[in-house]
Amino acid sequence: MIRVENLNKHFQSLHVLRDVSFSVQRGEVVVLIGPSGSGKSTLLRCINGMEMPDTGEVVVDGVSLRDAAGARRLLGAEKQLNSYRSEIGMVFQRFHLFPHMTALGNVAEGLKTVRKVAKADADRRAQALLARVGLGDRGKSYPSQLSGGQQQRVAIARALAMEPKVMLFDEPTSALDPELVGEVLTVMKGLAAEGMTMVVVTHEMGFAREVANRVLFMDNGAIVEEGRPDEVFSAPKHPRTRAFLNKIL
Amino acid sequence: MTRLLLLVFGGGLVEWQIVLKYFPVLAKGAVMTVELTALAILFGTALGLGIALAKISRNLVVARLAQLYTWLWRGTPLLLQLFVIYYGLPEVGLTLNPFQAAVLGLSLNAGAYVSEIIRGAIQSIERGQTEAARSLGMSYFQAMYRVILPQAFRRMLPPLGNEFIAMLKDSSLVATISMVDLMRTAQQMYAATFRPVEIFLATGVLYLFLTTLFTITFGKLERNLSAYD
Repeated sequence: MIRVENLNKHFQSLHVLRDVSFSVQRGEVVVLIGPSGSGKSTLLRCINGMEMPDTGEVVVDGVSLRDAAGARRLLGAEKQLNSYRSEIGMVFQRFHLFPHMTALGNVAEGLKTVRKVAKADADRRAQALLARVGLGDRGKSYPSQLSGGQQQRVAIARALAMEPKVMLFDEPTSALDPELVGEVLTVMKGLAAEGMTMVVVTHEMGFAREVANRVLFMDNGAIVEEGRPDEVFSAPKHPRTRAFLNKIL
Repeated sequence: MTRLLLLVFGGGLVEWQIVLKYFPVLAKGAVMTVELTALAILFGTALGLGIALAKISRNLVVARLAQLYTWLWRGTPLLLQLFVIYYGLPEVGLTLNPFQAAVLGLSLNAGAYVSEIIRGAIQSIERGQTEAARSLGMSYFQAMYRVILPQAFRRMLPPLGNEFIAMLKDSSLVATISMVDLMRTAQQMYAATFRPVEIFLATGVLYLFLTTLFTITFGKLERNLSAYD
């Protein structure tokens, strides 16, 4: 479903991603772990085309980012990259809900603006998605009236509304109070159980153990180790993985 | 203070009949001032939005041109700009009547200031908002129109209110290119009556009335738009 090949990315002189290659099968849940600054977020942002890799290839469901982005340089052909992005759901650490729209409005927005679904239909589908993340009764609330956990669940519903082929999560629980982490993870577990293809950057090792099919450990811009969660967590091969796990477990 | 009040209201300094007599004529001038200001706000804001978007464009040529525009229009006096448009353009074959010249001059000038206000407001919106919108597949303009501008609009209201009030008062400069606005009417009435106190008092009251309307309107707008937080 996702194929990343020899990805390299620099920010000025900083080599953020070094020859990163991995792939994710349909329905697979891959958890990315690693110290901060190791390139996890940048990798996610390269997958949805928010950052353009310097070299290498990203292919999501048969569509190459380079093709989609390459078309952008032709006048008026930005559409391809937009449609590429609309197939990839993204959930951010700090939610980034639209503060001037209600929860329902946030979820319906992509349907209305991008998919051109009629308002009544979009609202109905948005309402169903809110119910799915356990917020069926908060549709009229503005983001500022919701707790962090509720906001993040709305953000997940907003991404799901586009019926994305894959979902990317960039530390979705790191900005939450500890008691609110559970409700977001529950929603994510539900998604995984329904067969959503997911790439999750997280420090929630419990979630990784329980839900991930595979864990990738990144350090200094490269994937250092990968394997099933029980393998990586209980018998890390690489000394840097061991050092990292020792610190956080 | 008491003496001043006494002088104004009871001491014969102000002949209220004269104020009342010329008030309707001045009010007509005020209507023209409102008309000019309204058009300048309309065109100036549209222009300002365009220039603001150009300033934050990734195309450096476009961005530089937009900066050049603001540099030029903000760096020279409005009075000079009006003179160039009204007296200068005919030299190159473009003759505008006072009304056209006034609207053009005020709008072009307003565009420079408004563009800075809009640019600042847009750039004050957290980067994550754009990223969230784009990650849904929105185009740059969809993200701008649906997500960024509605939020930026609220932040630009207070400085925009200031700017519009300044525009209303600065519009009095069009009196110098023989546009019969409130200020010019006041000058004409003064020349006809030689009653500076009555005429200019009434004129001041009218300007104050108009700027107060702006203040109240913008106050209301700000309150209405703060509904979501």
